[in-house]
Amino acid sequence: MKAVLVVFAIVVTGIFLGLQQDRSFQESKERGAVIYQDFCVTCHLPTGEGVPEVYPPLANSDYLLTNKTASIRGIKFGQRGPMVVNGKTYDNTMMPLGLEDEEIADVMNFILTSWGNATDTLVTAEEVAAVGPR
Amino acid sequence: MKKSILIGCFFVVMTFVSCAQKSDNTLKTPEETTISAELIVNDLQIPWGMVFLPDGSMLITEKSGEIIHFKDGEKINLSNVPAVYNRGQGGLLDIELHPNYEENGWIYLSYSSEEGTDKGGHTAISRAKLDGNTLTNLEVLYKAGPNTTKGQHFGSRLEFDDDGFLYFSIGERGERDVNPQDKTRDGGKIYRINDDGSIPQDNPFVNETGAKGAIYTYGNRNPQGMLKHPETGAIWIHEHGPRGGDEINIIKKGANYGWPVITYGINYSGTPITDKTEMEGMEQPIHYWVPSIAPSGMTFITSDVYPDWKGDLLVGSLSFQYLERLELEGEKVTYREKLLENIGRVRNVRQGPDGYIYVAVEGKGIYKLVPKA
Repeated sequence: MKAVLVVFAIVVTGIFLGLQQDRSFQESKERGAVIYQDFCVTCHLPTGEGVPEVYPPLANSDYLLTNKTASIRGIKFGQRGPMVVNGKTYDNTMMPLGLEDEEIADVMNFILTSWGNATDTLVTAEEVAAVGPR
Repeated sequence: MKKSILIGCFFVVMTFVSCAQKSDNTLKTPEETTISAELIVNDLQIPWGMVFLPDGSMLITEKSGEIIHFKDGEKINLSNVPAVYNRGQGGLLDIELHPNYEENGWIYLSYSSEEGTDKGGHTAISRAKLDGNTLTNLEVLYKAGPNTTKGQHFGSRLEFDDDGFLYFSIGERGERDVNPQDKTRDGGKIYRINDDGSIPQDNPFVNETGAKGAIYTYGNRNPQGMLKHPETGAIWIHEHGPRGGDEINIIKKGANYGWPVITYGINYSGTPITDKTEMEGMEQPIHYWVPSIAPSGMTFITSDVYPDWKGDLLVGSLSFQYLERLELEGEKVTYREKLLENIGRVRNVRQGPDGYIYVAVEGKGIYKLVPKA
């Protein structure tokens, strides 16, 4: 009987934590959408398609989806010089945007889950704080 | 079937006719270039503003917050530069000299500043003097408020008119439904002050209760180009539209330029902002761009260095990465041409005291335009 209770407690706690995680992920994405409208949309455009030869796409971007740390670094410290996204080279400058770590986490969570992009790992402010310049 | 095609064609033609500006406004790309661009200052990030000192050297503002004194091929960073709120489009913006700089030494700056009690920043206008490589006597002449953490639309450009008034622009700070049409609030305005920051008694809204006395025009969105017309002395600006609808406007005392009640642009998402492009009591631009070129910096060519272009207007394009040359008849744009195609994000353009045109490009530096022999 005791064992059943323990298992029950663990399951309930697990579901609770899972829901919490879902909720904070959802809230983070919503905050990220606002940041995106404020800071990113003029260049990367509302559906993340970017501008050919000038601003790389975020939608279905192999660079973003496979280089999470480098992407965080780009937002945090700026991005300069050639980079290859979906087989095309972009050679431009994105200055650091002056966002706080939590805001960078939020906007990462938004772009990682928008326009066909998908991820199940939440970016946290702590993770952003740990990323240093190159 | 044929009839429906004809009707279709008719609507297409009518659409073009009704949308077209008064003159032929398509952008031409010249077949051969008559100028070459020589990079004279390299390794700049976002060279927002530049100004020439009487000795021919140059002061260049970097958005990140540095002022570079470029003299005899060398870059020296000035010290004691005011702290800037470097977030989004904010940072160190324009720089201008007092018309009597040689007598009084005043240098004017616009930048985003955290000064004040609210979190975030807003545009500030200051003046200072240069002592060696240090800024001294810094005075804040205007600080817009309240601060906000929004990243957009700080403006800002500075220009003096023939009477010694200082004009500056402050963008609407991402609050289009709150700021531009409200004269009690900062942002979405062109301002006019005296050179010491005091407010001219004949400013249009000084006697209006609650209105900010420094406001000269309102209903502007985000002007990043401003200059005095070399002959008429009028202040010309251009301003960023949303998606479409960048404008060139001539500044008239107390006028409302309509943002966001009237505009030739739409939301970035493609949804409409308003169905109105004109309204009684609101000014029409002398030119508008659809799609947006994202204009920054502007200058009139008054020198004889480029004889065919004398009197023309030059405007930088950030998003399409070229320099636009516009021919004018009075206040009417009659011809538009693309120069320096794909050079990079053109942040600023200015005619130097030597008569040559200097073009500041993000991530690259400052180019001098030299006519080909």
